[in-house]
Amino acid sequence: MKPSTKLAIALGAGAAFALGAVATASAAPKRGGMLNIVVGSKIPSYDGHRETTFGMIHPIRPFYSLLIRVNPDNPQSTSDFTCDLCESFTKSSDGKTYTFKIRENVKFHDGTPLTSQDIKATMHKLIFPPKGIASSRKAFYGMVESVEATGKYEVTFKLKYATGGFIPALATPFNFVYSKKDLDTHGYKWHMKNINGTGAFTFVQHQPGAFVEGKRYANYHLKGEDGKNKPYLDGYKAISAPKMAIRLQAIRGDRAQIEFRAFPPKARDDLKKALGDKITVQESDWNCVMGFSSNQKLKKFQDVRTRQALSMGLDRWGGSKYLSKIAIVKTVGGTVFPNHKLAAKKEELMQLRGYSTDLAASQAEAKKLLAAAGMSGASVELLNRAVDQPYKVVGTWMLGQWKKLGLKTTQIVLPTGPWYAKFRKKKDQETMIDFNCQGVVNPLIDASKWLSNDIASNNYANYQDRQLDKWYDQMNRTGDEAEAYSIMRKYEKRILHEKAHYAVSFWWYKINPYRSYVKGWNIAPSHYLNQSLDQVWLDK
Amino acid sequence: MAGEGGYVDEQAIKDCQHDLGMDRPKFVQFVDFITGFMVFDLGESMWTGKAITHELGLRFQLSLQIAIMATLVAVVIAIPLGTISAIRQDTWLDYAVRTFSIAGIAIPSFWLGIMIILGLLISTQAWFGEPWMPPIEYVSPLEDPVANLVQLIWPAVATGYRYSAVATRMTRSALLEVLREDYVRTAKAKGLIERIIINRHALKNSMLPVVTVIGIEFAFLMGGLVVTEQVFNLNGVGKLFVESVQNHDYTMTQALVMLVALVFVVTNFVVDLFYAMLDPRIRYS
Repeated sequence: MKPSTKLAIALGAGAAFALGAVATASAAPKRGGMLNIVVGSKIPSYDGHRETTFGMIHPIRPFYSLLIRVNPDNPQSTSDFTCDLCESFTKSSDGKTYTFKIRENVKFHDGTPLTSQDIKATMHKLIFPPKGIASSRKAFYGMVESVEATGKYEVTFKLKYATGGFIPALATPFNFVYSKKDLDTHGYKWHMKNINGTGAFTFVQHQPGAFVEGKRYANYHLKGEDGKNKPYLDGYKAISAPKMAIRLQAIRGDRAQIEFRAFPPKARDDLKKALGDKITVQESDWNCVMGFSSNQKLKKFQDVRTRQALSMGLDRWGGSKYLSKIAIVKTVGGTVFPNHKLAAKKEELMQLRGYSTDLAASQAEAKKLLAAAGMSGASVELLNRAVDQPYKVVGTWMLGQWKKLGLKTTQIVLPTGPWYAKFRKKKDQETMIDFNCQGVVNPLIDASKWLSNDIASNNYANYQDRQLDKWYDQMNRTGDEAEAYSIMRKYEKRILHEKAHYAVSFWWYKINPYRSYVKGWNIAPSHYLNQSLDQVWLDK
Repeated sequence: MAGEGGYVDEQAIKDCQHDLGMDRPKFVQFVDFITGFMVFDLGESMWTGKAITHELGLRFQLSLQIAIMATLVAVVIAIPLGTISAIRQDTWLDYAVRTFSIAGIAIPSFWLGIMIILGLLISTQAWFGEPWMPPIEYVSPLEDPVANLVQLIWPAVATGYRYSAVATRMTRSALLEVLREDYVRTAKAKGLIERIIINRHALKNSMLPVVTVIGIEFAFLMGGLVVTEQVFNLNGVGKLFVESVQNHDYTMTQALVMLVALVFVVTNFVVDLFYAMLDPRIRYS
């Protein structure tokens, strides 16, 4: 398989959808220039294996390479993965063995040559971390039995079972490849404070709270369209700017060219109005699902009819139309990223409670269910995060919807820290704005959020449902796409309809306005993806 | 590690808490902090893992520069305006200065900052076709003094204006009081010209309360420019304060509280020295 070959993995043949993804400029890339990025979050540490925030990915990812990655030229596809440090790879006929041929002549920034031992050491840290070493996505790799260096430039992964979730999990942008020498010499925590990768840029400096600076790595392993080594940029600065107004003004005033997370629709419109065609906008559905969950530890929400009624009270289709004008949410969907091969079609969604277009009928039935559950006119508290986009906007809309059912609603808004503490430690919330943000679109893994709470630590509805656990396991172990689709429908129906463990309101919507002279960057369905910057250039 | 909602292993969170020493009894953590503080070992930031002295050093330089520049702006505005207002009491000039200074107290400096940035963006686009705003990344004055000035003059003006408003009113009232003293009347009776009376006799004596106000405001600027720093994206002590609280970075928050307390103590000491300089009758023996 060639590096750019689209991988026809079992479940990943999702379509590249029409949203967003403007074509990369056809003009030949120009070399030179500094790209200034504004980043709205902070860097906890440099260790990708440990961290989960874009505040680390956006400034640090360009220093590192991955084994494979989402195709930077086609990141909207949920199945297009390309080699980064590998040259090619093969899958055995039973789907349980993957062999990767590693590129030769790749060097870390300190001059150490890359071999298969580095890949093995990195994967072991990620998948089988020793006690006391954090690997935040270790659970993604439950299918991996072993990782071995089967040659100087060959690595073999043996899986316990064939699954379509493996390749997308491997392409996770947090999987920075580290040097075995660094791990052996300095230990597994060295990368929290130090950087040595094989990425397109080398580390220059980090002024905490201010910026991270990188400069072009002349020996980067990928070639540009002009036949010379990428990257095209001389360097970049990732400037920390926690306030959205500053990030917006920075792009307007050309102090920064781009922000890779997202702006709300109003900000996009303001920028376009002020600068016209000097601003380009890319938009995309976002692999973040938003909804609410009801705490089933509380008696009030143990009656399934109450949970179903709360879900049925939401006017999803109408809400999408209006909220998408003011907030970073848009698409109505189920538990699977919209447009993915495993996602429910609209007609299937409409069979689920709360997804009917006949709002009056839904609300009437919701009132009956509440009455039957003894909850007519009851009070309901919604716990929310003190972040405008999209939490407070969606939460406020949700309360309005529930009021139409005759409920007395209260919204409790807490800053992020206390908010997390309330549902992770105290676990005494009634209902809460609940969400699931992931990187690579990988429904087989992403759907783990809805497993029983003794398995999924991010199940904040606090239920145990062994049927869901069983189906999840079956989905992950079948190599058959049609079967996985069928199980996913049952899984989704049980979560959203039969048991109403969770209610999806909308999927987030990513809007990236940026200076038009920035070329080569394509929006992905996640703000974690496509941040290597090796294909970005400035048309100046 | 919680990030934006992705999966987080419970064990990873426990390991992280162990690394940070947060699984130890509170009393042990407190004793550890106090013993470290005694030898100026402020420890490491719980958020970045870097030495707190390193993190503070970066921000302190910026906050100190802003505080000095804002003080200069305030003094340059406040002393002349306060003086004019006092010696032209109840004239249109006095009313204009008082309006200007009351507006300075009433307008939050962060709002003024936002207006300055928007004004720059809109006016430069209207005049030159391309919007311009000050840099959003700090450049040390030793590295590039012009770029440094271009960035910091705006927040210095925004905060200095509010600061000057307080000082202007204090200068005016103190000077009015001094101008009614017997020795000023004597000086006038002797035939001294007004400029000498004001500059040499009245102004110097009216400066004690003004210096006190300037000192308090200066100390406040070292840690209290929370919102203004965010408006201009300045990586100062105020911003660090907010971030460390948001991130539950207890070691950093403790160090910042100590730092701000120290700044107030030092500033008050300097103000006391100024008292002695301005009024020869004051001696600390």
